[in-house]
Amino acid sequence: MSERLREKLNILADAAKYDVSCSSSGSDRKNTTKGVGNGHQSGICHTYTEDGRCVSLLKILLTNHCIFDCAYCVSRKSNDIERAAFTVDDVVELTMNFYRRNFIEGLFLSSGIFKNADFTMERLLRVVKRLRLEQNYNGYIHLKTIPGASDELIKEAGLYADRMSINLEMPTETGLKLLAPEKSHQDVIKPLDFVQKQIVQFKDEKKLIKSVPKFVPAGQSTQMVVGATAETDKEIMYTADSFYKNFALKRVYYSGYIPISNDTRMPILGTQPPLLRENRLYQTDWLMRFYGFKVHEILNDANPHLDIDIDPKLSWALRNLQHFPVDINTAEYRMILRIPGIGVTSANKIVQARKFGKLHIYQLKNIGVAYSRAKHFIKCADTPFQLKDFQATQIKAFILAESQSKYLKTDTNQLILF
Amino acid sequence: MIYIFDGSLEGLLTAVFEWFERKPGKINLRTIKTHQPDAFTETFSVHTNRTKADRVWSGLQKKLGKEWMRKFYCAYLSELSEVFNALFHFVCYVFLHPAGAEKNYGNEHVLTVSKTARSVEREKHRMEAFIRFQHTADGIFYCGINPDFNVLPLIVNHFKNRYTDQKWIIYDLKRHYGLFYDLSTVEEITVEINSQVLKNPTANQLDEKEELYANLWKDYFKSTNIESRKNTKLHVQHVPKRYWKYLTEKKID
Repeated sequence: MSERLREKLNILADAAKYDVSCSSSGSDRKNTTKGVGNGHQSGICHTYTEDGRCVSLLKILLTNHCIFDCAYCVSRKSNDIERAAFTVDDVVELTMNFYRRNFIEGLFLSSGIFKNADFTMERLLRVVKRLRLEQNYNGYIHLKTIPGASDELIKEAGLYADRMSINLEMPTETGLKLLAPEKSHQDVIKPLDFVQKQIVQFKDEKKLIKSVPKFVPAGQSTQMVVGATAETDKEIMYTADSFYKNFALKRVYYSGYIPISNDTRMPILGTQPPLLRENRLYQTDWLMRFYGFKVHEILNDANPHLDIDIDPKLSWALRNLQHFPVDINTAEYRMILRIPGIGVTSANKIVQARKFGKLHIYQLKNIGVAYSRAKHFIKCADTPFQLKDFQATQIKAFILAESQSKYLKTDTNQLILF
Repeated sequence: MIYIFDGSLEGLLTAVFEWFERKPGKINLRTIKTHQPDAFTETFSVHTNRTKADRVWSGLQKKLGKEWMRKFYCAYLSELSEVFNALFHFVCYVFLHPAGAEKNYGNEHVLTVSKTARSVEREKHRMEAFIRFQHTADGIFYCGINPDFNVLPLIVNHFKNRYTDQKWIIYDLKRHYGLFYDLSTVEEITVEINSQVLKNPTANQLDEKEELYANLWKDYFKSTNIESRKNTKLHVQHVPKRYWKYLTEKKID
């Protein structure tokens, strides 16, 4: 019995790992029923895999049987792999026992589509209800919305889940049509939109009536596979931006494509996953969400791709040197945030500290500014006077000479003499 | 001049009181444990006094908001001698300046307090993440820990609110005290038994299903890893090696 459970867990955790979302933040569900579990506002990562990704949730598929044949997915119908399916009891028992030992922050439940969308969604719903109603479980639950499931089922699931998500998979419709002809972006947009409208409606009602239950308190997210088809960074980020705006998504995840088949439409087996590109996309995502950048400032027709050797914030600064140097002691917060080498925390500290007197270089360093990078773009109380203005290419060369990129180490063509 | 105190929070606050009463000019604060007498510097022993400490504490509450009171307390829990000194100067600095002075990150003591508080909060968060309970044969969920800072007081509420329907013990092996939750309240406990058992309970002290779930968790940890993205540097950065001893998934069988 326990041997079979171990086997199932191996198969179904392995199949679920390509879904990168693992956040457990944003839910403040309380343990009001004297049961077990609660939400943690900023989330907790309980461990990290050897590839450096956080493990916060027990991320599993209910089953990897699937009626679809999407080229980018390991669980596609035509793939010759071991199949397995958990029972509702299996999932409940695993979740409860892992949670009680503080292994996990909650459950991330997804599934291949068996029979049809409603049948699958109904099974997922059954697991979630068992946890919430019978086990008194108040921990985090991230549930996949199954595209094509009926509104009633999705609405009911939303009453028990903390977050719901549906994956866009391919950043553009043409990419999706190429690899998964049976699917379309519309299948994703419809339920995303439905859940979003429900969230807004529940929130409005809650303002008037206190007893209105929570509905998907941690919001929705989605994921795009990067590098399977030939989209530009611009196309990817514009899609992300429109989804952030139209559906108030909490997160868009970018998953570098890991070759899993010999399909000629995609990169061949053994190709390195585009980790650096993925990193740059996330940096851009952060700039949009926390640094007040508009997507067209970073990516536009003149620059459809992100620079590989420098991060998007630095590359924006180098393209827009007319805004610099910024005077640390007088500039607006908005502008300080745009200086390469200064993050949100440092920017906040600077704005508070400068009320007490002009800031000097040593203070900036102590506050945590990456000074060797920022020095090309700022002025503070004791900045040395400089006769000559450097060109963008020169500044870039200075910065690259001083920094060691973890990615470029093996890429340099320059011979090392000593 | 050197002020010597006993290392307690009350002692630290009393030291502030004594300084304001005497105004001896520039001083350094040391604990009895770390003080090395020398021939030339004058010393003054602070006698911890509850009333004086309370006066300083309530004065501080009037000056600082909730956020900074917590930072102050967290920095104190670091138990570092140089931080005690920084805390002393921080309190004096706050009292001597108009409201809002604590936000002057240009001041070295403010920065030390805020940075240390951050490290302590980080350690607290790590404990919330890395504690791995073992289900013992008598039905208690147990974990022995060895945190860098004295974070037990900070994690009580988290575990109490989360695991309301199970008995649990979290024991600090370094500082020799622990927390025990008996389904209604959390108590501080000390145990006088063989520390080897506290570190690693033997199989017959554990619930019969404990091994199964430990193995399932190890399996899960392996299956969820993507081999072609292997990044050991990042892995170790997130889970520093000194924490591996707690982690079920990192134990070699």
